[in-house]
Amino acid sequence: MSQVLPAEGDLRRVIGDGEALPDGEVEGLTPTDLLGLYHDLVLLRTYDERSVVYHRQGRIGTYAIFWNHEAMQVGSAFALEERDWIFPSYRESAIGLLRGMPVSTVLSWWRGHPVGWWNPEDYNVASICVPIATHVPHAVGLAWGYRLKNEDRVAIAYFGDGATSEGAFHEGATFAGVMKAPVILFCNNNQWAISTPLEAQTAAATLADKAIGYGIPGVRVDGGDVLAVYEATREAVARARSGEGPTFIEALTYRAAPHATADDPSSYIDAERVEVEKENECVGRFERYLMRAGVLTEERRDEIKQAAGEVMRAGIAEAEAEPPADPALVFEHAYADPPPSQAEDLAELRRALGG
Amino acid sequence: MAESEASLAPTRFLVEAVNDALHVEMERDPAVLVMGQDVGRLGGVFRATAGLQERFGAERCVDTPLAEAGILGTAVGLCMAGWRPVCEMQYDAFSYPALDQLINHVGRYRWRTRGKMSFPLVIRMPYGGGVRAPELHDDSPETYYVHTPGVKVAIPSTPADAKGLIAAAIRDPDPVVVFEPKLIYRTSRGEVPAGDHVVPLGKARVAREGTDVTLVAYGSMVPLSERAAAALDGEASCEVLDLRTLKPLDEETLLASIAKTGRAVLVQEAPRVCGFAAEVAAVLAEKAIYDLRGPVLRVTGYDVPYPYWQIEDAYMPSVERIVSAVRRVLSS
Repeated sequence: MSQVLPAEGDLRRVIGDGEALPDGEVEGLTPTDLLGLYHDLVLLRTYDERSVVYHRQGRIGTYAIFWNHEAMQVGSAFALEERDWIFPSYRESAIGLLRGMPVSTVLSWWRGHPVGWWNPEDYNVASICVPIATHVPHAVGLAWGYRLKNEDRVAIAYFGDGATSEGAFHEGATFAGVMKAPVILFCNNNQWAISTPLEAQTAAATLADKAIGYGIPGVRVDGGDVLAVYEATREAVARARSGEGPTFIEALTYRAAPHATADDPSSYIDAERVEVEKENECVGRFERYLMRAGVLTEERRDEIKQAAGEVMRAGIAEAEAEPPADPALVFEHAYADPPPSQAEDLAELRRALGG
Repeated sequence: MAESEASLAPTRFLVEAVNDALHVEMERDPAVLVMGQDVGRLGGVFRATAGLQERFGAERCVDTPLAEAGILGTAVGLCMAGWRPVCEMQYDAFSYPALDQLINHVGRYRWRTRGKMSFPLVIRMPYGGGVRAPELHDDSPETYYVHTPGVKVAIPSTPADAKGLIAAAIRDPDPVVVFEPKLIYRTSRGEVPAGDHVVPLGKARVAREGTDVTLVAYGSMVPLSERAAAALDGEASCEVLDLRTLKPLDEETLLASIAKTGRAVLVQEAPRVCGFAAEVAAVLAEKAIYDLRGPVLRVTGYDVPYPYWQIEDAYMPSVERIVSAVRRVLSS
């Protein structure tokens, strides 16, 4: 039995502020890696900002914004191998882009078109989990299942601070600890669950403290610091691969955008705090870090941003070019072996549609 | 089955047939994994999983934490890793925490991946009352499961069917819930074919032939209906139809029986409103109305919380209530 580690009290940080706080570095990351991280951050940021616009233009449906969550997603995903599995919540809807998923697929998901429902095995990215925390046991089960087969695959589940109040989180974390599942429970603590602030969510001093109860190490990291997130996740992955079991990572940030396009946070959020967060948003922080380190030039930055914009324009065009889905697809794949009544229902629908 | 073969079949109690099915299926397919509370060391509180851990090891017969949503939720992930989990819910009324996983994920995930990923898991649970148990060990929750798209539901009433339906459930590519009538776990006894034995899902069984009225039942209501049919011998010729699978429902056999008898009494232990009998009645209204010679009647549990065990018999459908319903439908 390994000793239960106390949760880390201090936030891990690597990126400085260019003034009093010195920049650190992560051992083993090459300039190419750093530029790769930057590329991924810009891609997700561009995806998110364009999606809000597409929503306003009526081109996608209600959309869950992840502005300023990019460092948590990019830093953690960068610590994984392609064979490792990602279990996203709706806040990580576009994380598949980091695994080569086409932009049009994710946009189609938000457009409610069947082509947006991908095959998880194509990317080792599970379906987007909409109910809160219920995918945590899935990630645990998958990681446990591969461990039983002696296949080296780690799973990561992403969820928010509110999710740690859910029974599914508790049961998933319990199983993870008991089964020593090679899984990372990654909490993006943006301190708000729609309008419910963290202090109304839990009386725990930190969310990482909760990990202790499951016999799991709890790590706290600055969620706006892509390098700190990467480093913490890399350590968790190493633990998982070496058979030491799960890790809980609490990445701390502050939600600087609405919960979703259907939300107006002006009635509940701390506007001043949001402004501070916007000033210090995660993509700009890393950009300045790379500039200070001489890894990124303005020219390269502009190229990366322009390329991301082009990917999005092509992606929305592709999604919009998709022909309307056949309504008969409502019956598609509900069962491998459907009940006979489905054939009758389909025939009725075809008649009603005049087909 | 030829008589000579049947004589080779050992006689088992229903719960022993469940155990036999699990042994055979785990032997047949190394991807089958049994998980649940107390299923390993103890062999299950009803001994349904006895001997599995000794035979197949603690990694394939897994004692889990006491967490039903965790059991079913991790089973979803186990499916994604190529396993075929057979989850035991220890009791009917303890299964409700897992409904979130069942409804939001188990029933949806194949659809959500457009058929690319399979979730061939099984949920087994002892269900039903009449066993003089403490509160909340007596529920008949099948309707919640039948109502969930993407999920199939089977309920055996004999040892041979218990083995065969569990084998079919384990081999089925879709999630299947098997409710095991605990009331008759150790009273229902019969021949069970040795080795491979599969009863296909979606095939009802005529448990007793008759011509005047069809008693439609499943689970522990089948032997009860058979007793009611016997009590009516000489007065009415009752056919007893054992549905065996609630979803997919074997409408063909149901409608053929009603075409013959023209009358139906539907028997279920669950509360009446929106219970499975209501679905059967709707099917008869839609597809058998011209065959019916009388009203479709239901004999069900009442729309109350399942009662204290000292008076639980007042809740349960009884031979008397079934006989009374048959007389009413025959005199109408």
